[in-house]
Amino acid sequence: MTPPDSTILIDDVPVPFEPGQTILEAALEAGVFIPHLCFHPELGAHGSCRLCNVIVNGRNISACTMKAASGQEIEVDTWLGESAQAYRRTLVQMLFVEGNHFCPSCEKSGNCQLQALGYDSEMMTPHFVEFYPHRPVDASHPDVLLDLNRCILCELCVRASRDMDGKSVFALAGRGMASHIVVNSPSGKLGDTNFSATDKAAHVCPVGAILIKRVGFAKPIGQRRYDLEPISEEATPRREVEEAK
Amino acid sequence: MMAAENDVVARVLRRRAEPTQLLQILREAQEELGWISPEAARAIASALDVPVTRVQSVVQFYSFLYDEPCGRYRILFSDNITYRMLGNRGLFEHMLKRLKLKRGEVSADGAVSVDLTSCTGMCDQGPALLVNNRPVTRMTARRVDEICDLVRDGLPVSEWPADFFRVEDHIRRAGGLLGPRYEPGSALKAAIAFGRQGMLDEMKRSNLRGRGGAGFVTSVKWESCRNAPGADRFVVCNADEGEPGTFKDRVLLSSFAERVFEGMAIAGFVVGAGKGLVYLRGEYQYLLEPLEAKLQAMRRERLLGASICGAQGFDFDIEIHLGAGAYVCGEESALIESLEGKPGKPRIRPPYPVTVGYLGKPTVVDNVETLANATDIAIHGGRDFAGRGTRHSSGSKVLSVSGDCARPGIYEYPFGVRIQQVLEDCGAGDVVAVQISGPSGVCLTPDEFRRQIAFEDVPSSGGFMVFGKDRDVFNVARNFAHFFAHESCGFCTPCRTGTALIRDALDKIADGRGSRYEINELMRLADLLKRTSLCGLGQTAGNPIRDTWLKFRPAYERRLIRGDFDPAVDLDAALARAREISGRDDAGAHIDTHIGAKA
Repeated sequence: MTPPDSTILIDDVPVPFEPGQTILEAALEAGVFIPHLCFHPELGAHGSCRLCNVIVNGRNISACTMKAASGQEIEVDTWLGESAQAYRRTLVQMLFVEGNHFCPSCEKSGNCQLQALGYDSEMMTPHFVEFYPHRPVDASHPDVLLDLNRCILCELCVRASRDMDGKSVFALAGRGMASHIVVNSPSGKLGDTNFSATDKAAHVCPVGAILIKRVGFAKPIGQRRYDLEPISEEATPRREVEEAK
Repeated sequence: MMAAENDVVARVLRRRAEPTQLLQILREAQEELGWISPEAARAIASALDVPVTRVQSVVQFYSFLYDEPCGRYRILFSDNITYRMLGNRGLFEHMLKRLKLKRGEVSADGAVSVDLTSCTGMCDQGPALLVNNRPVTRMTARRVDEICDLVRDGLPVSEWPADFFRVEDHIRRAGGLLGPRYEPGSALKAAIAFGRQGMLDEMKRSNLRGRGGAGFVTSVKWESCRNAPGADRFVVCNADEGEPGTFKDRVLLSSFAERVFEGMAIAGFVVGAGKGLVYLRGEYQYLLEPLEAKLQAMRRERLLGASICGAQGFDFDIEIHLGAGAYVCGEESALIESLEGKPGKPRIRPPYPVTVGYLGKPTVVDNVETLANATDIAIHGGRDFAGRGTRHSSGSKVLSVSGDCARPGIYEYPFGVRIQQVLEDCGAGDVVAVQISGPSGVCLTPDEFRRQIAFEDVPSSGGFMVFGKDRDVFNVARNFAHFFAHESCGFCTPCRTGTALIRDALDKIADGRGSRYEINELMRLADLLKRTSLCGLGQTAGNPIRDTWLKFRPAYERRLIRGDFDPAVDLDAALARAREISGRDDAGAHIDTHIGAKA
């Protein structure tokens, strides 16, 4: 079928879009889930995690950076007919093994997007040999814990602190596997910055790298966001979209 | 901060005080200070009014910037597969032994450190090294001893024998670009005579395609940039020749710089840019002074500056920026980031640099050789140029030939030359493989030697590495895998982690512990990287593995264990720390882990 103007086809489902929207934005607004980690609706695209990779008119491209355009035919669940799940699972596994992720002891468990995407992609094991990098924990701040063992380098905290809080508390330094977050203070410690638990940057981490102190485990593991509903079903008028088809 | 350090930082900042010049500032400060101390980083950040993390992110990104002291003599052995074939590792070990150092360690007196670095573009006169960013070529054991003596005596590098630093052009075969005598200014005058539109039409007629590897039609790039909205435009010359085994831009810049610079000015003339930037790789810092002198001479001759060759309104000048050891900066958007004083991480494209480039302005980024070719087109016209080479690949290609051959060096051929022809000309016999275009290119076997260098057959950015019959192609692939893991910028997941996983899988195979399982994993990773990586580095990083597995299977198979799988975790190695703590090293403190490895 030919979609009308201002509509794209995502896995054969027509999805409307506003001019200037990316494929991912249009999809999420319509309740069509495309896995993603480094995108945030208030901070826009980053293009680094590559989980939202889709096929657009026969080519792999990240849905968060590609502008929606009339007539695009987009494959999310399959890539050129082949299941995309194994590819996405590998990307999630890569993020797991390059850091130190121990879900059972992590306060973010159940609210963690990386963990949720692990479930979504039916990841059963980390698969690869763990790198076990040495990454120190920074507990110097009175209200916020910075545990870079769990950092996935999405730079959401970097962008939120710079663009929304106007503080530039964080930056990404290093190259390749040595990439890591650095903190803007003479000591390099979070406690020596003007970072505040009310900053936007304290609340955008998709994993458990930035945690507010003294509120841990208020809600028991098992009753949290992605414990109750898979990440692919959150905010999902997808069924409505399909019915409208 | 010490007074001296303060002075140096202040002096550098008097010359340059824009955050976009951060990389140049750090490089110049380090030139005098030896490293960027936390105090120096803070002083620079505060003067530029940027967070100190911005300075850290740049220092920690580039291989040639140091946030730890690294010795008054910083010695870096150039390390790619062809240098290894010339015995660089033996010389490296010999120097470490003589200086009683470990790799990367600074001597107790703070005098010297010795390490390895990616290809420095001296493959035709290796083994080679950099000492304080100056290349020393034709290394021998004797020269290692001489250098160790000079270091021991504390003689400044500027007083070392000039012969150490001699770099040869080794032009073995010249064509239209390297051959004819060149009258400086002749191309500019011809372009002015054509007029801006006329010169663009000649470029179209020539069908010149980018020589950096991608082969994009140059006139399309120029026209898009010219037509992009905005007042300021830039021309950038990509001289970040980092592809291992490629050194033709070094020769073009050493002996044909006026053609490159005039090519930039012609591009500026056509697109309406007033400023050109050369991004010169840090490994070629030794060329900075002669290139600056050449620019000065061209300004005096009115070949640069205001009203070039007397043409009213044709104003164009050129500035040289130095890189600092990061292969990924050869990618045009990473290069632009680096020009802006940031870590060289590729941008999301579109928008492409022709519309949103340097400082967000429309920018043409062209390879050194592409720009030099523009002078040929100006002088002889587009039709003449299009008449050379093949139908889809006009003009000539300059190849950097290295490896197992009698005459390594620079060879210029019309496009369409067969691999076999190049091998005959360079004196290579009994060849098992040729790697075209460096690690990100393609590996060819003898049954493919009738193929042609051309965009429609075997495209090439210039690298041509020859491997003789005694070479083990597995080692080539493994060397390339280490290279990509070292050079990945780390921005996107598949390339950052995938290149490290590929490297580790090949190391495991090299260690005699790999099985078919690793091969399957390598193919799967190569496929994922190709599909999902952000830029060409990640997209091509799996190529040499896939190529060599498909074409040189025995090189892998003889290393594989017959069992299905051998765990990657080495239990015995995992006990090393426990042995260290307990002070034990007896048989009971070891576990025999290689179960099945000897099967």
